[in-house]
Formats: sequence, structure tokens, C-alpha cells
Amino acid sequence: MTFSKTTIGRRGLIKGGAALGVGLAAPTFFDSRSFAAAHSGYLNAPTGKSVTLGFNVPQTGPYADEGADELRAYKLAVKHLNGEGDGGMMNTMMIDGGKSALTGNGVLGKKVEYVTGDTQTKSDAARASAKSMIEKDGAVMITGGSSSGVAIAVQGLCQEAGVIFMAGLTHSNDTTGKDKKANGFRHFFNGYMSGAALAPVLEKMYGKERKAYHLTADYTWGWTQQESIQNATEDKGWETVQNVLTPLATTDFSSYVAPVVNSGADILVLNHYGGNMVNSLTSAVQFGLRDKVVNGHNFEIVVPLYSRLMAQGAGENVKGIFGSTNWHWSLSDEGSKAFVQSFGKEYGFPPSQAAHTCYVQTLLYADACERAGTFNPCGVVEALEGLEFDGMGNGPTLYRAEDHQCFKDVLVVKGKENPDSEFDVLEVVEVTPRAQVEYAPDHPMFAGGDLGECNPGA
Amino acid sequence: MFGLSRKDTLLLIFVAIITFAAPILMNPFPTESSLAQFNAGYPDLMQRFVIFGIFAIGFNILFGLTGYLSFGHAAFLGAGSYACVWMFKLLGYNILPGIILSVIVSAIFALAIGYISLRRSGIYFSILTLAFAQMSFALAYSVLGTDMFGLKGGLTNGETGLQVYNSDPQIFHSDSAPDLPHLFGIPMRTTEVVQYGAWEFQFNVGFYFCAVVMLIAFYLSIRIFRSPFGLMLRAVKTNQNRLNYTGVNTKPYALAAFVISGMYAGLAGGLLSAMDPLAGAERMQWTASGEVVLMTILGGAGTLIGPVLGAGLIKYFENIFSKINEGILKGWFEFLPDTLGDAVVWVLYFFTGSGWHLTLGLMFMLVVIFLPGGLVEGAGRLFGIGRRKKKTPASKTQAAE
Repeated sequence: MTFSKTTIGRRGLIKGGAALGVGLAAPTFFDSRSFAAAHSGYLNAPTGKSVTLGFNVPQTGPYADEGADELRAYKLAVKHLNGEGDGGMMNTMMIDGGKSALTGNGVLGKKVEYVTGDTQTKSDAARASAKSMIEKDGAVMITGGSSSGVAIAVQGLCQEAGVIFMAGLTHSNDTTGKDKKANGFRHFFNGYMSGAALAPVLEKMYGKERKAYHLTADYTWGWTQQESIQNATEDKGWETVQNVLTPLATTDFSSYVAPVVNSGADILVLNHYGGNMVNSLTSAVQFGLRDKVVNGHNFEIVVPLYSRLMAQGAGENVKGIFGSTNWHWSLSDEGSKAFVQSFGKEYGFPPSQAAHTCYVQTLLYADACERAGTFNPCGVVEALEGLEFDGMGNGPTLYRAEDHQCFKDVLVVKGKENPDSEFDVLEVVEVTPRAQVEYAPDHPMFAGGDLGECNPGA
Repeated sequence: MFGLSRKDTLLLIFVAIITFAAPILMNPFPTESSLAQFNAGYPDLMQRFVIFGIFAIGFNILFGLTGYLSFGHAAFLGAGSYACVWMFKLLGYNILPGIILSVIVSAIFALAIGYISLRRSGIYFSILTLAFAQMSFALAYSVLGTDMFGLKGGLTNGETGLQVYNSDPQIFHSDSAPDLPHLFGIPMRTTEVVQYGAWEFQFNVGFYFCAVVMLIAFYLSIRIFRSPFGLMLRAVKTNQNRLNYTGVNTKPYALAAFVISGMYAGLAGGLLSAMDPLAGAERMQWTASGEVVLMTILGGAGTLIGPVLGAGLIKYFENIFSKINEGILKGWFEFLPDTLGDAVVWVLYFFTGSGWHLTLGLMFMLVVIFLPGGLVEGAGRLFGIGRRKKKTPASKTQAAE
């Protein structure tokens, strides 16, 4: 104990004095945000002339392409909300049979601003990014996705923190099933709906006596989609030979594709998305799977969740391959046309389904705030639950109150044989009506969840 | 004080002051100013600073003292995280049982992995630890993440990450207790936001809890560094063969150091879960193991405060630089003519946003080449403390055998 009292005393006195001074002076300037929250009743209540939204998308990793397109859509939505550009879907949007409350004057008279973050397609990084948006930037709503694992993780965070989560591209049954949350909403369709829409078409095209081999991305989305497709096709008489799980970070799928050849299967189902699907499909085609004849059938490949971005990435290989999608830019309803036009004018190419769902979610959130008259999450939840809307590209749509899932028509698509342009790679085979893809909230594939109470965070 | 030399006491007090004043020091720019972008004083990031500080302090006990370079420390971080969330699920949201269990679990993990890995030294040891960590990652990500033992999502819930559901038992959870991690009723998320003129400071309960834990961890690490045990660890680093020839069995010492640093990692993992009750498998990935190596080397391996500095720097880059997007860059260079401005933005964009790794990589290169002693050496040179060099050559990094 060689402790010199004088040195530490002097230094300590100065430092301690400074700290004490700050501490004593602080209350005179006291105006805490928690104080504001207590008065407005919810977290991050906007006090100035603007309101901040958080766009949390993957900018790196296997879903980076989707993330980039989502971000474009968000920026476009913000422009439209603030009255710039041509207004896009704001002009076609119908809420409960009437016009939308949005006028292009921001939301509730406040200019919409945004912050962006990179989820890295990792739950931890996504939560850190969302937290910084909530804690540092004061965001009242977080939106984004492109991986169901991430979407579920961030949805959980938003529930705990007390802000709204508008899910972007997330297709796992769990997002509005066992992991559903009161503060979270999903416009995108899910694995069950893909199965219900796709199975009848597959039966018609390929017959009843088929043996399917599944390659599945190893996380919540892959599992639930695989389960959904397996159930739906087995109902039609198909047999499932095997299901092999592949890690999300895989880039070389040849070792997974090789065993398919000798498995006796005559259908390969690729439960992959984004960069994964591009690589696994290319690999499967290189192995010559599509030229094979097994059990007297032509060997076929199915990609249950399709997107235009992936189809473009896979190029020639997607021709004639069936899948399902939430939305496609070639639809000719008013809403889709308005959106494709303003997106095209802004960026020079048509939007993807990821862009569409993110754009729609942002407008739906803004409209809900207008109708609720507040940004308070509980008000927004009330305004969105049980909402019937139209004119957003999918026909009449319901936001079901029991699980915060949207119910709407599902598109069955096919890789186009003779594309007119580099964007024209998918053709719509069938629009599956909403009634065919509906299910009860307590369906076994969705059971076990609990919405809980809405949390305003204060 | 506390059995420390005067110099170490001053260091401890210095670190304590910096840590406790962090909410103020990290927010040097007024909220509305354009530089507010660089403020780091929000709870989540400050919590990460101190938690990864603990992780790096622990790693330094192994790497800095014995020279054994472990590439698998993230496995202990992850194990600690999962243990803590499981306590939340089973017992309730009080963080103490979770954190205690996470230290115990990671100690057991470290004992098992260390016992096998320490049969080899040098690069073989590094590869063994890496292999174990990747095995743990694969287990957590996939094998233990599917439905098993009647548990939906298994032990780890795979890629989604382990979280607490309303249907979990939480046997000690009472209605009066908050529905999120808390310490005897005080929620970790509670933040007091204070406006001081144009500045805004956030004082967060969770951060101060972590800060106190880090100071205790830091104090223990000083004691280990200065103890006969620490001296023995340094001897292991300098020349293990010579020790063996003189009849000293070095393995128990190395194993003890390994377990202690594993416990530090588990503590950090437990705290991560206590601040945010979700444990993801990617915490165990090799990149996470590599990160703590970077932190330690960047800050200065074998020094007391270096790892904490390194942890802070890397987390700062990850969270602040990665958020500088094209729009913000354009805003900065508006004053330049259009073409020139666009060119500057184009170049800089490689180094910010998702390109933050590039900036970090360049900085790491510069530090390793010009300041092999890390930031601590840099600070020493900056303040012209020549005597430090002469007196404590031990603080220089030496590669592991």
C-alpha cells in the first residue's frame, strides 16, 4: 500500500468537484425524455417537426440484393409520404372501403425522416442495429427483414422496447405463428400459403405419383416452409424421399446436390431464397438434373418461394420452374401499375416483391397513425387489427387481428421461357384466391404463440 | 488500496472515472448538430463497450500472459449467453441467477475444451480451440436448434436465437416484477435521459450494472497480473521448455488461465443476455472469436487496459461507422462541385457503411506495423513517457511459440 494521499487528494478533488458540479447543475436543465414519454404515454414520442422511422435491412450476406431493393422502396415511400414524387400507391390505396387518410403532408403533420441499418442477416447484429435506432435516433417504428430469423428476433425486441415492427420480407410460419407479437405486423405471405397455393398447380403439372427430395435452408423459414410444402404435396399423393438441411451461409451446394441423383427422387424442392437459391439451382442444373428421366418422369425442380431478383440472378436456369410469390410487377391492377411506374421513374427498373411488401407496410403504418391520431403503438395496433384494405397490388386484403397476418391472393409463377427483357423473367400461372390459402389462427403449424399485450414502452 | 500498488490504484480509479462518466464523455456533440452522428453515448453501445471489455480482459489473461492464442473464445461467450437466457426462461427475469450460471457453465466448458486443447501449444492449440468453437457453433446453430426433448426449438432455437416466451415456466416470476430482465425489481432497460442545454445524456441502469461488473473484473485481472500466479503464467509464455526442465509442471497453470479467461467470456455472454434477452448462435462463430483477438492486439496484448480500449474501438466502428450511409456522406460534401463531390462520396463509401470492415482492417494493419504494442504503446509515445519503455519491457507483445 504505497498510497500518496496528497497526489490523489488533489486530483480526486478536481475531478470529483467537476463531477459534482455537473451533477448539481443537471437538474436545473432537467427535461428528460422519460418525462416526455410519461406525458405522451409512449416511447420516442416525436416532439419536433419530424418523426423518425428505422429501416433495418440486410446490406451484406446472402440476402443483400433483397435488402438493397427494400431500402429503395422505403426511400420511395418516405418521398411519397412527404409529398414528393407522384404519390404512387397513396392514390390507389383504399382503407375499409374509403380513401386513405394520407395526403402527402408527412404523417400527422410531421415530416417523415429515416435512419438505416445493416442486419448482416444475423439476429444479434440486427437487434444491435434496431436498438441503436430506438435508443440513439428515437425511431418510433422499425421495419425490415429479408430473413425470418432476423425478423423474429427484431420483432421480439420491438415488443420489449415498445415500438411497432412492420415486418418486411419474412416468409416463415413462425413470424405470425409461435413467435407472433402484439407490436409486430406482417404483410408478406407465409410458407403455409405457398404450400396451399402451389400444391394444386404442381399436381396438375406433374401428377400424383411423385417422389420429392427437399434441400432446406437451416433456419426457421426453411423448416416451416419445408413442413408446409411437404404436407401440402403429400396430401396430393406425393412422397417425400428426404429432407436435407443446408446452413444459411453455404455458397457451394454441389455436395448437397450430388446425392439427389441416386436418391430415387424425381422432384427436387429447393427451400432456399436469395443468393442461396441462385447457387443451389445453378448447381442442380449443372449436375444435369433437369435432363434426367427418373421413374418414368422428367426430373423437375420446384422453388416454392420465388422472387424476380433471384430469377434474374439464376438467369437461364429458372426457365419453366414453378414457385409462388407475394406480388409481381407485371400485375395490371391500378395499385401495382402506380407503384411500378413511380419506382421505375425513380430507379429505372421494376421493383421486386421485397420492395413491394416494404413499401406497402410503410404506407399502411403511416395510414394507421393518421387514423389513430397518434404514433402510440397501442393506437397503431388498434388501427391495423382487422383492417380491410385494397388497391395495394394484392386485391382485397385483411390484416387479421388474431395473429397480425395479412390474408390475400397468392401468385403461382413460372420461369418464363422467352423473356422480353432482363426483368421479364417470371410469368404468372395462376392467382390463387384468398379463400384457398386461409387457415385457422390455431392451425398446428402456427400454434403455441401468444400475441401478448401491445407495449407502448412507457 | 485494495492491495494494489500506487500505479495500479491510479489506473483502476482512472478506468472507474472514465467508465462512470461514459454517458457524458461518449456524447460530446449536441443532439441536433451534424456531428451527433459520431455520438456513441446510447445505452446499447455503451453496454457493449463494457461487456466486450470484460471479454477482452479475460482473453488477455490467457493470451497476454501465457501467450496461448485461443481462436475459440466465442464458444464460452455463447455458452454463457444461452445459460443466462435459460435461467430467464425457467426461473424468471432476475439477472443474478442467469449470470452466475453462465459463469459456471462456461467454466465447465473451458475446463473440458482446455484440458484437451492444452495438450498442444502454438498453432496446434489455436487450431484445436478453433475446431471446438466451430463445433459448438454448429451444435447451437443446427443440431441443438431443432425440436427435441419435447422442446420446440430445442436447446438453442437455432438461427432465430433463444428467447423468452410468455408460456415459459418462470417459476419465480411474480406479477409485481417487471416483464424484462431486472435486478431485484429494477429493470435493466430503465434509462434516465437528461437534457443539458443542447446536449442529451442517457444514464442507463443496465450500463451501470455492467460497468460495476467490469470494474470488478478489471480489478481481479490486475490482481492476477501482479500475483505469483501471474508471474508463473508469464514464465510459461517466455520459455515453457525451461520451466519443464526445472521440474515445474506448467499444464495446471495454463489450464487455470484458460478456465479463468473462459469464465470471463461466460460472464460477458451472460451480461449480453441480461441486457437483451436473446442468445443467437452467431455469437459462437469464428468471426466472434477472431474479433476478441483483434480487440486484444489492437489495444495492446499483455497490458492491463489495452483490451478494454481495443474492445471499445472495434465496437465503435461496428456501430457508428457502419451507419454512415450514402445520403449522409452526400450531405457532408454538398459544398463541393457535383462531379468532385460524387467522386469523393464514391471513394469514401467503400470505407463507411457496410465497408466499415475495410477501415478497421487498414487501421489494424497500421497499428500492428507501427505500434506493435497496440493503442497503449501509441498513447505512451504520444504522451512522451519514455521511462515506461525502459521500466516495463514486459508490456511488449511477443508472439506465442
